Amino acid sequence: MSRVFISRDMASVALGADDVARAFAQAGCEVVRTGARGLFSIEPLVEVETQAGRIGFGPVGPGDVAAVLDGTHAARLGEVEALPFFAGQQRFTFARCGVIDPLSLDDYAATGGWQGLDAARAQAAQQVVDTVKASGLRGRGGAGFPTGIKWQTVLDASAGDKYIVCNADEGDSGTFADRMLMEGDPYCLIEGMAIAAHAVGAGHGYIYIRSEYPFAIATMRAAIAASAHIVAPFTLEVREGAGAYVCGEETALLDSIEGKRGQVRAKPPLPALQGLFGRPTVINNVLSLAAVPFILAHGAEAYAAVGFGRSRGTMPVQLAGNVRHGGLYEVGFGITLGELVNAIGGGTASRRPVRAVQVGGPLGAYFPPSMFHLPFDYEAFAAAGGLIGHAGITVFDDSVDMAHMARFAMEFCAAESCGKCTPCRIGSTRGVEVMDRIIGARGTLKPVRPEPVEGRLFSSQEKGGASTGSARTGEGYLDRALYSRAPDRIDVSIEAQTALLRDLADTMKYGSLCALGGFTPYPVLSALDYFPEDFGAPAPLKEAAA
Amino acid sequence: MDEFIGAWTARHGATRDRLLPLLHAMQEEVGYIDDAWVPVIAKALNLSRADVHGVVTFYHDFRRVAPGRHVVKLCRAESCQARGGAGIEAAAAKLLGVAMGETRADGQVALEPVYCLGLCAIGPNALVDGRPVARIDAATLERIALEVAA
Ligand SMILES: Cc1cc2nc3c(=O)[nH]c(=O)nc-3n(C[C@H](O)[C@H](O)[C@H](O)COP(=O)(O)O)c2cc1C
Ligand code: SF4
Ligand code: FES
Repeated sequence: MSRVFISRDMASVALGADDVARAFAQAGCEVVRTGARGLFSIEPLVEVETQAGRIGFGPVGPGDVAAVLDGTHAARLGEVEALPFFAGQQRFTFARCGVIDPLSLDDYAATGGWQGLDAARAQAAQQVVDTVKASGLRGRGGAGFPTGIKWQTVLDASAGDKYIVCNADEGDSGTFADRMLMEGDPYCLIEGMAIAAHAVGAGHGYIYIRSEYPFAIATMRAAIAASAHIVAPFTLEVREGAGAYVCGEETALLDSIEGKRGQVRAKPPLPALQGLFGRPTVINNVLSLAAVPFILAHGAEAYAAVGFGRSRGTMPVQLAGNVRHGGLYEVGFGITLGELVNAIGGGTASRRPVRAVQVGGPLGAYFPPSMFHLPFDYEAFAAAGGLIGHAGITVFDDSVDMAHMARFAMEFCAAESCGKCTPCRIGSTRGVEVMDRIIGARGTLKPVRPEPVEGRLFSSQEKGGASTGSARTGEGYLDRALYSRAPDRIDVSIEAQTALLRDLADTMKYGSLCALGGFTPYPVLSALDYFPEDFGAPAPLKEAAA
Repeated sequence: MDEFIGAWTARHGATRDRLLPLLHAMQEEVGYIDDAWVPVIAKALNLSRADVHGVVTFYHDFRRVAPGRHVVKLCRAESCQARGGAGIEAAAAKLLGVAMGETRADGQVALEPVYCLGLCAIGPNALVDGRPVARIDAATLERIALEVAA
């Protein structure tokens, strides 16, 4: 009887892995369901255990059982780890993902599991925090804040109840690393959280998972139950999100766990001092916490040895969108954007030229191929007016309309704004209107009245308050462009609207409480600056201020 | 529903932080959160009605009217757009006979937006009654339409 390995990851299942697994089981094979290896162009992937190791075949369908088992199938890949996509990776965090049965405690222990926790528990709390500091690990949720320093604050906070909260809200389009890890190696996250609990003196932890991830929720719940005796006295529970992107923001997430509307809190107080239920709280992304077992097991130096500048260790980069070899590529910081998109991703799936990539989700900048020399590094991206965020790269080919993408960024912000501050709540809605006017005007190059935007997209306005309705009169472009009260008196010329867009972006950038309103200008302005032709402008526009 | 809420809180607790889990459980049970149940929830968790209403309306997941018998959640986010999501959205609306964000008049199917399912390299993607479907093209849409006609 042959033993075969087939992923049960949500992406593999979406591509038909369940049917394939059923077919192999019916043929009498022992089917081990694993997490995903991370390259989706070869899914559904079947790996057959042989004397010479695990031999991969993919993509395969349910009708391919015989050809796979006798080794004649045309999609024979050989050893999966030897494929170019995998050979160049440095899998520190994702070492087990796609290899083991995610819920098997035996598999986990046999592949080095719990070594980090054992090492941590043999040390004083301060020593563990020092190790994490020395590793150089920075938060993988987006902001890149040093994890060890965050933990130190919580360790130093007054005694009493403390919490570990894992941010598994992963709302950024183009990202799926948190999901893959939770589905493919849940004990790794649990181990990381247990180490954090030991390091700061916390007794209970929460994993806040978005509701769009039903597989991850089920796997984490099962893994928590199965490993409770190992991490005790530390206890854990899963909390399910409810479809609000802003709940990925850490303070909104805490409010959501507390049973409230997911609105962003003003800082200070820092969550590290007054977080969940007002208690000192470590809140970290899945990937930050899942990096910790490696660091404790292999030492801070082993982790810090790879990387670039102040970005130490590895980053699980996610190649998404219109890319030929999309998937998860864990590698040390410093690799260039171009290597990732072209050499590893293989360019677009549509075989057309790459026109733009968006890095870091819906709040990240759009870059043209002329920026492909950028090294993957927090500082380098910030200096170029972008961000790494959660390391998702969304590839677009030359059919993309960048004005539409800029409009979408505003639309998304309007749909997801928590409603707490005006520049974001109202500004995003005004931003959609401005983009509609630009899109309307660029085709005809004469004034067109904007189409109203319908549907759910304006729900934030219902939530938050009424429209602005300024009744000022005057000479400036702002007054001419404001149309809430006087739709017939707007200057809808592209120049006026583009100037208005820049002004609005400025207000959102500097006047918003959190990065949803504050960073939405990144995709908008980068689209405008790098692709002015899509906005009806022959040449890049100057700043609005005269 | 009173009974359900009573039994649920007896089992899982009635502190404020149980509100979202309770709403999820209710929606799982009957598909939506009727406005009429808001006072019952408020009483059970010792909250104001306004408080509960505020939470129900804040989160996109919670419905206040019964959903269609089938729900197609189609991803509208950037990575799916990069793979032709907008065209698929238009085609889905036409084929299913329902606009994005709406339930068809006969109550058979609802087409709902979702912003990323974490399947971003294999889009356009959807959840059809909770089942993930990837690389949606015209043929996939036909299959989905058949499925939700049942
Ligand atoms: C609108 C918004 C959405 C966010 N979404 C996420 C998310 O989905 N996952 C995440 O880990 N961090 C997210 N963040 C960042 C968190 O606020 C926070 O920085 C992070 O959880 C800290 O963990 P880290 O230090 O391990 O990165 C978001 C921030 C904002 C402003
Ligand atoms: S910027 Fe937007 S999401 Fe952030 S606090 Fe303000 S209104 Fe809320
Ligand atoms: S953008 Fe559609 S699944 Fe992520």
